[in-house]
Amino acid sequence: MSGTQTTYNDKVVRQFAVMTVIWGIVGMLVGVIIAAQLVWPELNIGFLHFARLRPLHTNAVIFAFGGCALFATSYWCVQRTSHARLWGGPLVPFTFWGWQIVILLAAITLPLGITQGKEYAELEWPIDILITLVWVSYALVFFGTIAKRTVSHIYVANWFFGAFIIAVALLHLVNSAAVPVSLTKSYSAYSGVQDAMIQWWYGHNAVGFFLTAGFLGMMYYFVPKQAGRPVYSYRLSVVHFWALIFTYMWAGPHHLHYTALPDWTQSIGMVFSLILLAPSWGGMINGIMTLSGAWHKLRDDPILKFLITSLSFYGMSTFEGPMMAIKTVNALSHYTDWTVGHVHSGALGWVAMVSIGSIYYLLPKLFGKTEMYSTKLMTVHFWIATIGTVLYIASMWIAGVMQGLMWRAVNADGTLAYSFVESVKGSYPFWAIRWLGGVLFLSGMLIMAYNMFKTMAGGKTQDAPVIIPAAHHA
Amino acid sequence: MEILYLLIPVSVVLVFAIAVAFWWSVRSGQFDDLEGPGFKILMDDDGPDIPTSAPTGKDDSGKV
Repeated sequence: MSGTQTTYNDKVVRQFAVMTVIWGIVGMLVGVIIAAQLVWPELNIGFLHFARLRPLHTNAVIFAFGGCALFATSYWCVQRTSHARLWGGPLVPFTFWGWQIVILLAAITLPLGITQGKEYAELEWPIDILITLVWVSYALVFFGTIAKRTVSHIYVANWFFGAFIIAVALLHLVNSAAVPVSLTKSYSAYSGVQDAMIQWWYGHNAVGFFLTAGFLGMMYYFVPKQAGRPVYSYRLSVVHFWALIFTYMWAGPHHLHYTALPDWTQSIGMVFSLILLAPSWGGMINGIMTLSGAWHKLRDDPILKFLITSLSFYGMSTFEGPMMAIKTVNALSHYTDWTVGHVHSGALGWVAMVSIGSIYYLLPKLFGKTEMYSTKLMTVHFWIATIGTVLYIASMWIAGVMQGLMWRAVNADGTLAYSFVESVKGSYPFWAIRWLGGVLFLSGMLIMAYNMFKTMAGGKTQDAPVIIPAAHHA
Repeated sequence: MEILYLLIPVSVVLVFAIAVAFWWSVRSGQFDDLEGPGFKILMDDDGPDIPTSAPTGKDDSGKV
């Protein structure tokens, strides 16, 4: 090996990793603002109305924060485990800049009210086309790198990342099909209950593949790396992967319980949601048990704290989800804040924490340091984030169950016991606690940004050489 | 529910595609060793991206 040896493309990982933190702050700030708007309605003004900001919040945290985290970690993982530099040349920077433009366009169009009105797929058709181009490039880069790998085995994390990339492409293409009437307006190719079914086929599978499979890929690489131990059972991780992708696609109808969707379709959605408990918990146990015999590492390693806590929240929310998909439970929980709490148990507890842990793992390596600027601040971040998440979830559970019970309560003569506004009034204290939980979680991200910039200061940003695969003792 | 005429065929095609991917991965020996790959990712000493040309002492590429 001479000085001309190939290096990994770490520049794009660096870019995505830094933007993960930046977009995390932006997305969570918008979340805190809309949480405040529910407590203090006078904050709803013009473009900054709740209805305009809410889709901005979801898009920013899912696709900007979560998306950048997935790009960064998948590009890092696929290069390291394939022992090859990213394939694709100019496609690689295009995925970064293209994705950032998508995010900026979202930040402009959504407050202006330019929307397709489909949850988590609000962006209008020109942006949808750009997303498609970026995503196809991402797929080419990722699978191109897999194809030029210098080891025969494809590490399990790459299977999860790969499934996530393919599934999101398919979901996006089908759900975003629309007839444009102008540059900023289009109509969905589907209508009525057909549209609802397509939307939640997309919606839940986006949860399953964007927010689960992708982040499971992250988990299967970064938990073993940070713990310094192989995953508890590699065999189980392979079973986990195939079980998850074979059974995922039909959970969507549980979002449409007690609607115009035919009863039998709702029941199919419920059954498939219940089935998902098995692979989800298999993966969760596999991740947590990776620390088996080395639990002491949790005591003073904040990165492991983040990763293992994220798995606990993953286990909690993948238990809660199938329970809420049961029709009788759903009769109570549907349309209440319980759903919001459930989503954030997954979003803050699982997705954000596993991303934060992985980005903390990456940052020092990307900037030529041995560790983050301050381990203490990482620990502070962990506790603030955990307390924030618990406050958020617990307040939404209470508010949600209260709302569900108030809405269904009837007097002896069959009239409703409460008017809707009474349930709104009763929810105020819990919305205030939720806002506080959000403020805490956002503060944690600000601490992370400070720690990140301090780590970056004076850091060397040189790409690491591709490591020759370790000799295989057959 | 005419939309199912789209969604069900999509699912069937997907299941076949997944089955083909599974068949390929089994046949090509991806799962012949279900212990080693877990250890292998730990063998790569991917420490910080410290330039290998710099005399950092510990780096294994002393020949550069």
